[in-house]
This record gives sequence, structure tokens and C-alpha cells, in this order.
Amino acid sequence: MSLTSSTKFAQPLPLNTTSSRSKEHKLLFEPFRTNTFLGSTHKLRCFNSLSKSNQTNLHRRSAIVAVSDVVKEKKSKSSTNLLITKEEGLELYEDMVLGRAFEDMCAQMYYRGKMFGFVHLYNGQEAVSTGFIKLLKQEDSVASTYRDHVHSLSKGVSARAVMSELFGKATGCCRGQGGSMHMFSKEHNVLGGFAFIGEGIPVATGAAFSSKYRREVLKEADCDHVTVAFFGDGTCNNGQFFECLNMAALWKLPIVFVVENNLWAIGMSHVRATSDPEIWKKGPAFGMPGVHVDGMDVLKVREVAKEAIGRARRGEGPTLVECETYRFRGHSLADPDELRDPAEKAHYAARDPITALKRYMIDNNLVTEQELKTIEKKIDEVVEDAVEFADESPHPHRSQLLENVFADPKGFGIGPDGRYRCEDPKFTQGTTKHSVQRRSKPSRQ
Amino acid sequence: MATIVGAATALSASKSFDSRKLHLPSRGSLSVSERKGSFLVVRSDGSVVHKAHRAQKLITNAVATKADSSAASTAPKPGHELLLFEALREGLEEEMDRDPTVCVMGEDVGHYGGSYKVTKGLATKYGDLRVLDTPIAENSFTGMGIGAAMTGLRPIVEGMNMGFLLLAFNQISNNCGMLHYTSGGQFKIPIVIRGPGGVGRQLGAEHSQRLESYFQSIPGIQMVACSTPYNAKGLMKAAIRSENPVILFEHVLLYNLKERIPDEEYVCSLEEAEMVRPGEHVTILTYSRMRYHVMQAAKTLVNKGYDPEVIDIRSLKPFDLHTIGNSVKKTHRVLIVEECMRTGGIGASLTAAITENFNDYLDAPIICLSSQDVPTPYAGTLEEWTVVQPAQIVTAVEQLCQ
Repeated sequence: MSLTSSTKFAQPLPLNTTSSRSKEHKLLFEPFRTNTFLGSTHKLRCFNSLSKSNQTNLHRRSAIVAVSDVVKEKKSKSSTNLLITKEEGLELYEDMVLGRAFEDMCAQMYYRGKMFGFVHLYNGQEAVSTGFIKLLKQEDSVASTYRDHVHSLSKGVSARAVMSELFGKATGCCRGQGGSMHMFSKEHNVLGGFAFIGEGIPVATGAAFSSKYRREVLKEADCDHVTVAFFGDGTCNNGQFFECLNMAALWKLPIVFVVENNLWAIGMSHVRATSDPEIWKKGPAFGMPGVHVDGMDVLKVREVAKEAIGRARRGEGPTLVECETYRFRGHSLADPDELRDPAEKAHYAARDPITALKRYMIDNNLVTEQELKTIEKKIDEVVEDAVEFADESPHPHRSQLLENVFADPKGFGIGPDGRYRCEDPKFTQGTTKHSVQRRSKPSRQ
Repeated sequence: MATIVGAATALSASKSFDSRKLHLPSRGSLSVSERKGSFLVVRSDGSVVHKAHRAQKLITNAVATKADSSAASTAPKPGHELLLFEALREGLEEEMDRDPTVCVMGEDVGHYGGSYKVTKGLATKYGDLRVLDTPIAENSFTGMGIGAAMTGLRPIVEGMNMGFLLLAFNQISNNCGMLHYTSGGQFKIPIVIRGPGGVGRQLGAEHSQRLESYFQSIPGIQMVACSTPYNAKGLMKAAIRSENPVILFEHVLLYNLKERIPDEEYVCSLEEAEMVRPGEHVTILTYSRMRYHVMQAAKTLVNKGYDPEVIDIRSLKPFDLHTIGNSVKKTHRVLIVEECMRTGGIGASLTAAITENFNDYLDAPIICLSSQDVPTPYAGTLEEWTVVQPAQIVTAVEQLCQ
């Protein structure tokens, strides 16, 4: 993968569509290939990353910079001609390999009956998580969706805690109460983990609001915490997405909206669900820059992320970043993944972000093969250890059942005996049988 | 004692009522209720003919008298008088002064001062970020409030009308109630969600909703309903200070109630019910606006020789089973009067809770008077018949005490 011509993208192979309706509208520009399905005849994924003319917002002085410009500037400044140092490269590599190895292990454990329910794996999208989250500080926040294992790992939650959570053990990051789709970490500011799509975007907006509030109302002058919200292409047709774009731009909240456009919402192709599939365009409509980036290339993602996170930190407001990416596995472990074209899958498999970074680092003599192998071995051990730890961890005790329903357990109320229910140490075990109070005297006439 | 001023004029007893429409257990309909061998006759037009020999004197004031009102002194009374919405604002302002992380967000709360003037003047005092005017996006700004609460602020989200919060149900149910639990206790959500609900004056079906029935099953939230300026301020303060998410139900018709409240700082308990009028014969459980219909009915009942105990349950979730239980054990008869819908309402839950816990103490099945299961009609006459009126309460008590 060459980064000297980072603005061009390889054309995706033709997408197999299930409907053969004739196209209804002519495009404004000449497509390489048209899809024959109802509505949009846009071709996808054949345009460059952002250029200034696409993102001008007439009303605000947003300074969106083209990726290519950033890359050129960096190259002219840096002495080594490269985008990353060796240390950074190793960090990125390790994070992506951890994500991949962990998710592969999840699949194994699921089929062995160690975890249940809906498990959504991130294979193939590691560049997005690593590219953004490795630029964040601990105090910055991340909000995700149900495809949240790798976001949590990138943010710093230990593999042990995540695996235990998946196994439903008491040592999980959420004490086994959240599961695959609800990863939370107060220590690392992972705000979840949400099962309904779009649900996490307002929460992320709230975290960004907190950051601005701290700076401007509480006068914590150096509070520049940034929030990054991750969500998919399907979410971009949801009302909460648009409502939050509006509010974030309106109040210039320090947030980055990252769309992980992997083209498929379970079995619904993005182009079949969206009138204008180019999601990055929706940013300027709300007054923020919209950026499109190759989400299979961690270095490109990282460059865009630096800009977007930098903007937010400086108080210049939100950015919408659309990452073209792909999930190698099905939507979840229950998805047979029969709908997607094998040619499409093969195309993106050839753009595996981990292989790409490896090639880049080796080609540019940043690292040796051996160093990378050492990392891979280390990660294998980390993941094995996580499984062992999770296996050996205890299941939650019954007393945990009602423990965390309320932050203040007085919320359970006052029982018939006049005491708060939470004063009974056994109350958290829950009971389906209330003690029926008996009266001693015969009833009055 | 709260006097009713201005808007709360819909408390007059209906002139005519059809007792078949009452939500009474199937014991046959009553056209004229008559106590056997007794001294009272109630005509179906609501007029009363009574020869009271049990009641010693005609009592005009059915509310438990407080010490100062009977003293009738000329000395200036302690406390200050204000209207309910002002009491809410006072509580809000005191808490905002006390804790800088307390903030308000909602539609028109800032420059407009709130649709019901609860936040009037606060934006000028605290700034536009602390009293945030939001765009019309309930689901998202409620979610934003939840995210802010998770990250250290204490927001108060105002629904301009409680009904609008139906749009925020996703966030209230999934995130507000659940996140503390699904995060294993890591994040707390000290948010207050408040707004006016209930049947107003011909506001139409969508502005007359009672959401307490929809929210009551959500685990992890508390629900309280205020009914007087005193408890409005106290509950507002308590809700803001609580670490749990609290939904505070106000009522459109009660904002102009006037009462004298203490100057000193006070906070009401979120989990306790309020004893409005102690009594011996029957326990009447109510909340919000229906408290006033009950007290109006209580006047009539007292004149007829009954001694009802009136409890404003205030805490809709969880129920204060101690206060309620003690009352049931004393009177052995329960009447629930609520504005909530019949099906699946607070009354239904309360009936279940009382039966479950105190069945042995009941001498008669619980009677629950609720609003009709109908979208509130616009026409004034129809609207009046959808909610419980004092005359129906009187009849129900008489039935209970047979």
C-alpha cells in the first residue's frame, strides 16, 4: 500500500444485488459502474477522500483539511518521510492484533458454549478502533454500539475483564451484568456498549457536553476531554444520529462522530437503505466538516483522527468521519452471512488492515519480522490468559442480583415494617414471595 | 393548607353523575345509596338530606388543622407564601446555588423561562449553558442528559409536557433506568426528569396524558408526584440530591396553588407518603391533583359522619408500604383515587401491592377509582367525565363502609 498517492482508492468489485429493478435516475457524474436497484444508483467507494470543495460550510469557519494535504504537510515536515515512528507503529500493530486475536477467540469460545446470546465481532475493522482510540487520553470518552469488544480493548480495558464479562463471570468489567453488548468502564471512560443502534450517540453527546460544561461553567480551564462516538452505517438513518449532529454542531461540542461504514446492517445493504449513501456529506448539512477516509488503512484513519480530535480539543466543534471499512465475519455469530458476495469479501480481505500495516512497517524498515512475531506471540498469550482467567472466575452470587439496580438503594423503598428494604442484607438476593402480614384479631364487623 | 387559586378550577363536583359509570366492584349498581336504618340519604343529583346524629357539628374544614391556623393570632406567620411553580423554582434555584454541577436542559427553559415558568429568570442568573435551551429532540436531549449525568453532572431534564417524554422512552427505559445496572454499578445517573402531565382544561388527548403508568415498570428509576407547593419544593430538592434517576410528575392544573412554606431549608423524603388527614373509617390513597378531589369529597364525607384517612402517596415508585400498611391496619378499608388510566395504572399496582401484603387486614375488597380508559376528549363535559369527581369518591366511600 503506497501512501504517496493516498487520495485514490481501489475500486470495489461489483456488488451483487438481489433486485433487478431498472435504474431510474441518471447520476450527476459518470459512474464506473451502476447498481441496478431501486432508488439510488450511486456508486460507492470510488471517490476520493475529502476535498475542500465538498465540505465548505458557508456559515461557519470550519477549517477542514484534506487528508492528502495533511499527509503532504507531514511528509514535508518530518525527516523520515513516514507517518509513524517505530514505537507508534508497534503500538498500533499490537492493538490491532489484540483486537483480531481476541475476537477470533470469542468465536471459538462461543461455539464451545462459554458465551451466549448475541456476540458481534469486529474482525476487519480494527484500523478504525486503533486509529482513533490510540490517540485518546484516559480522560477522553468512547461510546460504542454492540460491536464494542475491540473499542474497549483499545481504550485500555484489560482482556481479562472483557473476556470474563463475555463469560458472564463476576470478575467481568460489568460484573457479568452487561455482556457482550454492554461493555462499560468508568476507569477508562468507556461509556458503553448499547444494544439499540443510535442509543449511544446522545450519551456520547452528553459526555461531550460535560466536558464543555466543565471548561465553561465550572471553570476547569484545562478540561479538553474529547468524546468519540462509534456507530455504523445503519445508524446513520436513525433520528438520534441527526438530532445529535445538530446539537453537537450547535453548541460546538468536543465530539467526533465516527461512522464505521461496513456497508451492511445485518443483511440490509447500505445503498438499499439510504437515499444518499455518502454519509460524510451529512456533516456539512449540520454545520460540521464531513470526512471520508479509507477505514482499512490505520495510518490514514489516524491522520484524519488527529485532525478531528485536535479540532474538538481546541474547542472548534464536532467532526463527522466516515470510515470505509468491512467486517470479515457475519453481523453476529448467529448470522450465517450468506447474503454478501464472496468477491466483495475477498476484495476487502485483501485489504486487511493488519497485513497492510505490517507490510508498511517492513517495507519502510521500521521493524523486523521477528519483532512483529514477538508481538503476535505476546498477544496470543494475553488472550489465552484472559480465557483462563475467565474460566476460573466465579459466577455471580445470588446476592448480586439486585445490588446495582439503584446507586442509592433507598430507591427500593420502605417496607411494611417501616425499615428501608435495603437494610435487610438479604434483600439483594431478590424474592418472588412477599411476606404476607397476618392479623391476629378477628376482623371487625 | 393549600388554597386553590386561578387555574385549578376543575375541582367542582359534577352536577350529575351516573353511578353505573363508577369503577365499583360488581355488587350491583346503585341508583340511590341508602344506609340501612340510617340517617343519610344521598340523591342521585348529589343533594344530601341528612339527619346527622353521629356528627356532632358541621365541619367545614376537612383538612387536618395545623397548629397556627387555629391560633388566629395577629402576629406575622412564619414562612413565605408562594405558588407551586414558584416553589419548584425556589427548590431548583437553591440546589443550583448549592451545587455547580446541577444544570437544566429542555425546550424553552432558558430565555423563555419555561412553559410553566418554573425556570423563569434562571438563565439570566446562571447562563445559557447551565440552563440549556434545547432543540426539539426529546430522545436525544434526554440521552444527552444521561450522558452528562454519567460523566459527573446533575442535569434536570424538563419535558415541556410529560407526554413529550414518550419520545424519550428509549433513553429513559434503556439508559436512564438500566445503565447503572448493566455497567455493574460503575456509572450512576443522578438525573431528574420532570414535567407537567395529567388532564388539564380541554387540552386534548395528547396533552393530557399520564405517563406514570408507562414508566412504572422500568427498573432502576424512582417516581414521585408533587401536589402542594410544600412538597413540590421538597421533592424537587430531594430528587436533585438523589443519586438515582428520579422522574418528578407535576400537574398542569396545580401550578397556581398557593401555600405558605417555611423559610428554612427542608427536603422531603422521596420514598415516604404524606398523611394529609388522619382518620379511622377508611383509607383513601391518592396523589397529585386527585388529592384535591379527595379533600373536597372528604368535606362532604365528614359532614355525613365519616372519618376518612387521606394519604397522598407521593412516591409512585416505590410505594411507601409502611405508611400505607399502618393505615390499612387501622381502618381495614381502602379506596384508591387516581387520575391514571384504569388499565395498568398506578392504582392497579397499588391494589396488587396492598392485597399482597395486607390482605388479611382488609374487611372489604379494595376500590380503585381511576380515569376512564379513553383518550381524553376535548369537549369539556366529556373531559370532566373521564376523571374521577368528588361525588364518585363520596359514593365509593359510602359503599365501602356499608
